[in-house]
Amino acid sequence: MNAKEIDQQTLLQNEKDPLTHTPVHLLSLDGVGKHYGNIIALSEVTMAVDNGRVTCVLGDNGAGKSTLIKIIAGLHQHDAGTLKIMGQERKFSSPRDALDVGIATVYQDLAVVPLMPIWRNFFLGSELTSGFGPFKSMDVEKMKDITLKELAAMGIDLRDVEQPIGQLSGGERQCVAIARAVYFGAKVLILDEPTAALGVKQSGVVLRYILQARDRGLGVIFITHNPHHAFPVGDRFLLLKRGKSIGYYDKKDITLDELTAQMAGGAELAELAHELEQLGGHSDVVKEVQGEVADVSQTTGKTYG
Amino acid sequence: MTITQTKTKSPAPDERVAKRSPFQKLLGRPEVGALVGAIVLFIFFALVSPTFTQPGALATILYGSSTIGIMAVGVSLLMIGGEFDLSTGVAVITSALTASLFSWYFTTNVWVGVGLALVVSLSVGFINGWILIKTKLPSFIVTLATFLMLTGLNLGLTRLIGGSVSSPSISTMDGFASARAVFASSVSVGGVDIKITVFYWFALVAVATWVLMRTRVGNWIFAVGGDANAARAVGVPVKATKIGLFMAVGFCAWILGMHNLFAFDTVQSGEGVGNEFLYIIAAVIGGCLLTGGYGSAIGGAIGAFIFGMANKGIVYAQWNPDWFKFFLGLMLLLATIVNLIVKRRAELK
Repeated sequence: MNAKEIDQQTLLQNEKDPLTHTPVHLLSLDGVGKHYGNIIALSEVTMAVDNGRVTCVLGDNGAGKSTLIKIIAGLHQHDAGTLKIMGQERKFSSPRDALDVGIATVYQDLAVVPLMPIWRNFFLGSELTSGFGPFKSMDVEKMKDITLKELAAMGIDLRDVEQPIGQLSGGERQCVAIARAVYFGAKVLILDEPTAALGVKQSGVVLRYILQARDRGLGVIFITHNPHHAFPVGDRFLLLKRGKSIGYYDKKDITLDELTAQMAGGAELAELAHELEQLGGHSDVVKEVQGEVADVSQTTGKTYG
Repeated sequence: MTITQTKTKSPAPDERVAKRSPFQKLLGRPEVGALVGAIVLFIFFALVSPTFTQPGALATILYGSSTIGIMAVGVSLLMIGGEFDLSTGVAVITSALTASLFSWYFTTNVWVGVGLALVVSLSVGFINGWILIKTKLPSFIVTLATFLMLTGLNLGLTRLIGGSVSSPSISTMDGFASARAVFASSVSVGGVDIKITVFYWFALVAVATWVLMRTRVGNWIFAVGGDANAARAVGVPVKATKIGLFMAVGFCAWILGMHNLFAFDTVQSGEGVGNEFLYIIAAVIGGCLLTGGYGSAIGGAIGAFIFGMANKGIVYAQWNPDWFKFFLGLMLLLATIVNLIVKRRAELK
């Protein structure tokens, strides 16, 4: 293991914003922690998000990924450490607060309301209105037009924005949610396991939109448990395990294999290989398993998660 | 001739939108099942009973429909917002009793009582919504409790204040005539007397439809009923929307309560029990999903109209009214099955 960890002490002082060259991160966490009663869900997490960069948060189930994004998205409040937006310390009391400073979150399961038309979902919570006072009404035609245009810009070819969003495929729904966040001027885009429930091809489509969002200058936080999805698009990788950071790497300092090994946990992997050997597996198979264990566990997690 | 006319009238469609026939569009609406049912029922009663289609009879049917329909507007919105209200039937009576007993006991102008009744009705709605939000209990339980409490309060307070099970007559009090003109008069349209509640009903349906289809609040109502967590995550004020919906139901209860009071000048304190189901049935027949997130105010109105037609049609056809409840149950079952198919098509495709 020769991957070089990013020094967490110097990270938040020295690194400069790649676009503005000012020594400020778009979003930074310093020693953030959260506990529910006596259960410590997250502790001492330090990370930074910058314009036009994809920060991947990797970890297995129960690693604290959800807690981390809920803090950033304003659904929960952290009770240790600091969260800074453009250098200013903040604590969000609601998702609305987070949205107002440009943090948009695309959730895996609750991104949209299935029975509502696409255009209503696209503008939900930020509807365009015209008129005054009690006669203020939604500008329906404009909203439909914008929805159609924005989705076309993301390469989603829709015929009818009036159809319920539940009729779209999982990948398309994720893309609508991403397009929505981009349109509403998100500066930070959090993607909660966008590829977890998707097939290979659909995942590829979503990964492409992640890069598109990055190229538009957004700071992307990509939560996943699949290093094969994270590695091609990520610029930085934060690895979480049991609520703690077990590594924070720059892409140039780590390979996919090292990332996979870190995620699976070297010792556990060896133990599993040993167990399989004892159960009478062929040595070839055991070797293969050693390489593939991480993938297999992800696939099953995908199916039942 | 007619074909060319419709062709020139239709707006130029977006070239990216696949063309749907008007028939397909209609099938996509929540109230389609109810509309078909209403038309079939209307033709049926028109054939069976010649008096059914007389203007006078239609006015009576519309009046009967409006007394359900006014409440069905609020109940439909609430159901689209994902909640139930079992206290609506007695809440109407609570509103009427408040106005009646307050102005009688303190011998004020009845309009003071009317104003207080509005405050009480909105408060009942607010309390329902607030308890629901705070406890996160199902609305079935919360409003069942409210239903029982209001039933008891109606009976207990009426006897305590008025000394009888019905409220004392207020027909000779100040403001009664003007209040009756507002809440319980008739308007002559083409020689036929139509009760004013019919106009209130239509107005409420129009406002509710506009709110649902064309305002932000309407978007929020669909969202909190369809998926409250998703709605909250994108910044929709879920709590305020739900409490507001319960208060809208309270407002409808106030209008109907005032009508009941000023149409008869006394109110039976034990009335209203069971009516909450009629309102819910109207909403469900009209295409509102019990699970929320789908439906329309017009659907609820059609549901109420079906109820009115069946209720009065059986009388005009000179049948035994015993059959009415059976018929209502059958309509409910058929409507719910149609709704289920619609929802599956939307979610599983």
